[in-house]
Amino acid sequence: MHPDVIIIGGGLHGLSAALHLCRAGFRPLVLEKDYPGRHASGVNAGGVRRLGRHFAEVPLSVEALELWHQMPDLVDDDCGFSPCGQMLIAETDKELAGLKSRVRDLAKLGFDHEKIVDARQLRSIVPALSAHCAGGIWCAEDGAANPYRTVSAFHRKVLASGGRVEAETAVTGIKRAAGGWIVETTRGSHQAAVLVNTAGAWGGKVAQMIGDFAPVDPQAPMLMITERIEPFLTPVVGSAGRVLSFKQFDNGTVLIGGGHRGRAVPDDNITALDFTGLRTSAQTVRALFPQLAGLRIVRAWAGIEAVMPDAIPVIGPSVAEDNAFHAFGFSAHGFQLGPIVGRLIAELVDTGACSLPIEPFRINRFNDPATGLS
Amino acid sequence: MTGRVQLAVIGAGPAGMAAAVEAANCGASVVLIDEQPAPGGQIYRAITSAARPGKAILGDDYENGAKLTDTLAASTVDHWTATTVWQVTPEREIYMTRDGASHRITADAIVIANGATERPMPFPGWTLPGVMTAGAGQILLKTAGLVPQAGLVLAGSGPLLFLIAAQYLRAGGAIEALVETTPRSNYRTALRHLPGALRTPGYLRKGLGLLAELRKHKVRHVKTATRLQAVGDGRLQALRFSRAGRQHEIACTTLMLHIGVVPNVQITRALNLPHDWDALQRCWRPRRDADGATELDGIFLAGDGAGIGGAVVAELEGRIAGLASARALGTLETGKAEARLAAERSRLAQEMAPRPFLDALYAPSPEFLAPPDDTIVCRCEEVTAGQIRSYVGLGCIGPNQTKSFGRSGMGPCQGRLCGLTVSEIIASETARPMAEVGYYRIRPPIKPVTLGELAALHDDQAAAADRSLENAS
Repeated sequence: MHPDVIIIGGGLHGLSAALHLCRAGFRPLVLEKDYPGRHASGVNAGGVRRLGRHFAEVPLSVEALELWHQMPDLVDDDCGFSPCGQMLIAETDKELAGLKSRVRDLAKLGFDHEKIVDARQLRSIVPALSAHCAGGIWCAEDGAANPYRTVSAFHRKVLASGGRVEAETAVTGIKRAAGGWIVETTRGSHQAAVLVNTAGAWGGKVAQMIGDFAPVDPQAPMLMITERIEPFLTPVVGSAGRVLSFKQFDNGTVLIGGGHRGRAVPDDNITALDFTGLRTSAQTVRALFPQLAGLRIVRAWAGIEAVMPDAIPVIGPSVAEDNAFHAFGFSAHGFQLGPIVGRLIAELVDTGACSLPIEPFRINRFNDPATGLS
Repeated sequence: MTGRVQLAVIGAGPAGMAAAVEAANCGASVVLIDEQPAPGGQIYRAITSAARPGKAILGDDYENGAKLTDTLAASTVDHWTATTVWQVTPEREIYMTRDGASHRITADAIVIANGATERPMPFPGWTLPGVMTAGAGQILLKTAGLVPQAGLVLAGSGPLLFLIAAQYLRAGGAIEALVETTPRSNYRTALRHLPGALRTPGYLRKGLGLLAELRKHKVRHVKTATRLQAVGDGRLQALRFSRAGRQHEIACTTLMLHIGVVPNVQITRALNLPHDWDALQRCWRPRRDADGATELDGIFLAGDGAGIGGAVVAELEGRIAGLASARALGTLETGKAEARLAAERSRLAQEMAPRPFLDALYAPSPEFLAPPDDTIVCRCEEVTAGQIRSYVGLGCIGPNQTKSFGRSGMGPCQGRLCGLTVSEIIASETARPMAEVGYYRIRPPIKPVTLGELAALHDDQAAAADRSLENAS
């Protein structure tokens, strides 16, 4: 039987869209060039964070967190989600003033999930932190999850709900056909009425095949993991003045990330690390948690991420063609949004409308250098 | 340590020493980087140390290492000891740790000669305290003259097992038993390679000599043992095995295991070089040409890290890679290089003659390639063979996915101890060839480096960034 929706890209967003489409009565087919979760979805830092988001993303992120807290209802698995809290630290009073201003602006929009904490409260939540820090923003209900376990849970639930997922199937061409689309792949062609592009770092190429323009910059955010040590840290810690995302897992290992970039070669599925950037990460950790200088790094890696010029994603319908939708370019912070954006895509496919504001994410916000049109 | 070097050789075993000396004698400026405090590699470990056991214990072959270390000492090679390489990039940058700080250099050419690693020999109980690899036992012997006085059993197969047994006996140690796991069928397979092996009979003569030594000391020598199991309450107490349908048990307090060595491919994997599956040696070989050149410009391989051949082969390959890199660097004329390379290649072919025989005779028993379910495969994360099989049942298609399913290969050893086993289990469960199943993607650092050492990474480019960061904070 033909699928009615073809989803290109088997990361978290593609699988989430497939799952929500199944729930709405569709029979989606996910095409994945490698295997589900091979890239950014499966190897990211696993942060489940509303804290510090671009204001346009806040409504989606707030709704997404509701889904994270009810994850077993959605995919029969908690995805390793732990609401351990997220803390954004300010090292100086000047940084803290900036954070306070952000929280005030957010309140004007009607959101109060970000709470300012002073130096004393900060230390009671993150006792291991260097004494010089001035305060921060605390989101107690935020947390972290296990990325690959999350992708796997969505994958299994899609299959159990009547969806199909074809791995090692790369899209080679997209054509319009009577009443829909023909998608050619390295393993034969498929036909469906509706097309969804959740191809991540390859999303710009798929958009181009459909006829839309999106300037995706594939980047390689780097992460390091240490050997196991005694528990010393519960929440995820970020920094207002430095590039950092810092988290200790239940097994004792410590994840150090936050955004220093390596080099991505998406055509070859390869990333190369930049140890000058990782050195800066190590210096940051040494400054904030000096007692960790002797901790051994056992592994460093980078995923391939789609980064947009304005660092917010593309979500919404194609402007070139009917019955085609995009959700990609999450610019290294898409993991938390996965559960909700899949639902929004399913709403768009099903009804043409969307229950949350996605106008800021429209694909035609960029100037196409080829045509000069936007 | 300066930022730019002409030739960097990684590993100061026979291949690395020979490559470094050869290239230096051709006029290249060479640094030889090695983790150990003195040259020799594993095979000639502690060869320059005054405290090592004598020739009477370790044998003539070991003493050959001294010739290499002498030529190294007489050469212009700059030897960086106690320096751990933890990343090599295709752009020929080398990252290393020394004295608590990290350093980055860039080389015009690199010879990777990082040697072999012992093939893991997993079976139920092999992680009990008291069980160690024969190689680890040999390190204790070479560096400290340490010999267990009682309760020692050696198990496995391969020439090194017999050599270590003989070295222990010469050093005054006692061996309760040598339990050989070489399958009976190996003898038949090996027989057809015997004529080739006789072209270079020295290896066979030495092997027979070692066996005679074991007989002379009346060491209990069990052959064709299967279904090994180490048992004990929190510590090794006995080795159990089957032979000819009967169960046996030998009480022991130290069990040394060995079923051969395989190339250590952590650096070549981290470089994303292509690797071919060697079905006879049952290991991965990084691809290289007859001169040791890889598909990456200026990166050469030599020695057991590129395919198992032993110390003499490694030395010849080292010379070849040294000459080839000197030619690539322009310090050796192409015409001269070709004549000398041809001579070394012909000696190499002669020295390789016994390999098919040895590889067939000592092919590891399948029970250690894909061990029983209750065997711990990944020691760092304590993942069993049964768990790997269950992941395959859940749709896990390759070794990299097992990391996500159950963390195998994600500990500090970076899969060195479980990589081959995990791939073999998946290949056997899914009835796919090893070449298709593949291997772990190896992530740097290939040796753990501390946050403090990384934070103190020195290089010319980074120095400016360092200062600006200090000003900012």
